[in-house]
Amino acid sequence: MKKVVRGFYAVAYSVKLCRPSVICAYPITPQTEIVENLAQMYADGELENCEYITAESEFGAASILVGASAAGARVFTATCSQGLILMSEILFNAAGLRLPIVLVNTNRALSAPLSIWNDHQDFMVLRDAGIIQVHVENNQEVHDMIPQAYKIAEDKKVLLPFMICMDGFKLTHAYEPIDLLEQETVDSFLPPYKPEYYLTTKKPIAMGCYAPPPFYMEFRVAMQNAMLRAKEIMRKVFREWAEVSGRDWGEHLAVDYPNSRIMVVAMGSIVAPLRKVVKELRSEGLDVGLVKIRTYRPFPVEDVQKELGSSEKIIVLDRSVSFGYEGPLSIDLKAALFGRSVEFYSYIVGLGGRDTSKDFLASIIRNVAHNKEKPGWAFKGYKEFEEVIP
Amino acid sequence: MKELRTDAWVQWCPGCGNYGILSALQKALIDINRDFSIVGGIGCSSRIVYYLKGSFNVHTLHGRAIPVASGIKLSKPELLVIVSGGDGDILGIGAGHFLALGRRNLDLKVFIHDNAVYGLTKGQAGPTLPLNVKLKAMPYANVHDAINPILLAFVSGYTFIARAYAYHIRELKEIMKEAMKHRGAAVVDILQPCTTYNDLMTREWFEERIYYMDSIPDRSKLFEKMLEKEKIPLGIFFKEEKETFEERLKKAKLYKQS
Ligand SMILES: Cc1ncc(C[n+]2csc(CCOP(=O)(O)OP(=O)(O)O)c2C)c(N)n1
Ligand SMILES: [Mg+2]
Repeated sequence: MKKVVRGFYAVAYSVKLCRPSVICAYPITPQTEIVENLAQMYADGELENCEYITAESEFGAASILVGASAAGARVFTATCSQGLILMSEILFNAAGLRLPIVLVNTNRALSAPLSIWNDHQDFMVLRDAGIIQVHVENNQEVHDMIPQAYKIAEDKKVLLPFMICMDGFKLTHAYEPIDLLEQETVDSFLPPYKPEYYLTTKKPIAMGCYAPPPFYMEFRVAMQNAMLRAKEIMRKVFREWAEVSGRDWGEHLAVDYPNSRIMVVAMGSIVAPLRKVVKELRSEGLDVGLVKIRTYRPFPVEDVQKELGSSEKIIVLDRSVSFGYEGPLSIDLKAALFGRSVEFYSYIVGLGGRDTSKDFLASIIRNVAHNKEKPGWAFKGYKEFEEVIP
Repeated sequence: MKELRTDAWVQWCPGCGNYGILSALQKALIDINRDFSIVGGIGCSSRIVYYLKGSFNVHTLHGRAIPVASGIKLSKPELLVIVSGGDGDILGIGAGHFLALGRRNLDLKVFIHDNAVYGLTKGQAGPTLPLNVKLKAMPYANVHDAINPILLAFVSGYTFIARAYAYHIRELKEIMKEAMKHRGAAVVDILQPCTTYNDLMTREWFEERIYYMDSIPDRSKLFEKMLEKEKIPLGIFFKEEKETFEERLKKAKLYKQS
């Protein structure tokens, strides 16, 4: 059923169809209306066998979900920015506890300075947490991703938290016609969550125990194994989803014009305007293609090598900074392509909601194509200023 | 009168109780005439840090105004350090810090803009909203019981505890001044109508209920006064001279010598 809805609703409705047992969150812009939609559904009696709790903070919200998930519940939360990094202590813990918590992050800049607008600095903090991280381009993709997230996270070969990242405002607040999923479709795709190990008196276990040096490392190796196994399981689930829904979003990467001389790499909502820009530039005769990163963790090294290994120039558009180095996506791509003779043009754009118009994106690509840029990294799209050092 | 106001555009809804608080705070600060620093968390109320010319004001993170202010006070003891922020900020996400300040009795002034909602995130239940109340932006009635800030301050160890009303600027100013003159952790719970989201605790609602206590209640009557609900007492509930955190630290440093 196609309906024009906002990003919030596209998320909330899909979460509802996944039949969660506990939803817990704390308001933060631009996430709030996701859980407000769920709270409304709760009040309207549409969330069967589900409890909805507003916590006293994100720290509380994530902790409540750790308890609920450990007790065998399918759980959901949404947050972003300061809220996500306030959750971070618990989320690292949840990954180690191997709890398949699903959360949506509505990507937002970090303080200071205070900003509510979109960039990618917040989720980068969680990059190394042992949490699966997938990025979406539009609201249909996030709607579709939620059932897949549960299926992947709850797979007993995986059992890790799953974070879906969608750009704040650009997607959350946008109205788009969404093909809303049917309950039967989701039910047939996503079985109920039946964990082997959970807190029960029938088969008592303890969780979160102290692991001294002779034991700790093995747990972390097991987490990494699960992450690496997830790569294949995700591929399978993505394929299955394409069958079930009729919408094929690609696998870990989605590529337009493979094997072009110049490849542009990005993730999130910026991919949509880039797709148009790349098409237009091809009609100008530029040999340019586009790689959208969907799965950021586990990092799809093999896919990156296959799609980008023989390109001549790679333009990476990062929307966050690893301060003291460069854009994190660029760093990851360089590591994956180590030893290949490819030139990197790595740009950090659109911080704190700075506009990245089609013209701006086109000029970046043109400049690289016409050899007006040297390989390396740079910020693009900021006003030149003189730093006053007192 | 104008000299304390910055020229920043005030971003509050028409009729917001924050205007009264800003006005009273400005007047109190002019009368007290000391160098000051205002520290806010995140919320509509915390924006007050932009509007008054302090020695340095800080807009911190949500819930963290009290510890940041504590750091300022410890390194600049001569400053009058004020925490001004929302009920959500100070009594919800930052509640742990609220307790810790009481236990320390550090010389900070905490002014709670108590509108019983999360104003900035558009009208969710705040920690002082009574149980079973449904405000207009909430999909169902509140399932959390309300914190009584006066009681919480008392059990935490605050040595100056008062309640005031945002639209009574003159009285609010006097209470703020008393708090500023007090040595130790002081809290003023300022009842604040939120004209946009709190459609229960409106100006009319408050003004039908509030009254001023004649004097600081006697110890034997204190709990009764703190628990009063039908009518809402305003004024100073509790005041006590007690060793401040600064004095305790001095003693701790000299511990070996003595
Ligand atoms: C860690 C974190 N979580 C959530 C938010 C979003 N947020 C901003 S203000 C606020 C609540 C404000 O309520 P209150 O402190 O009562 O202030 P008011 O707006 O009512 O004055 C919330 C939840 C945030 N800024 N940071
Ligand atoms: Mg409030």
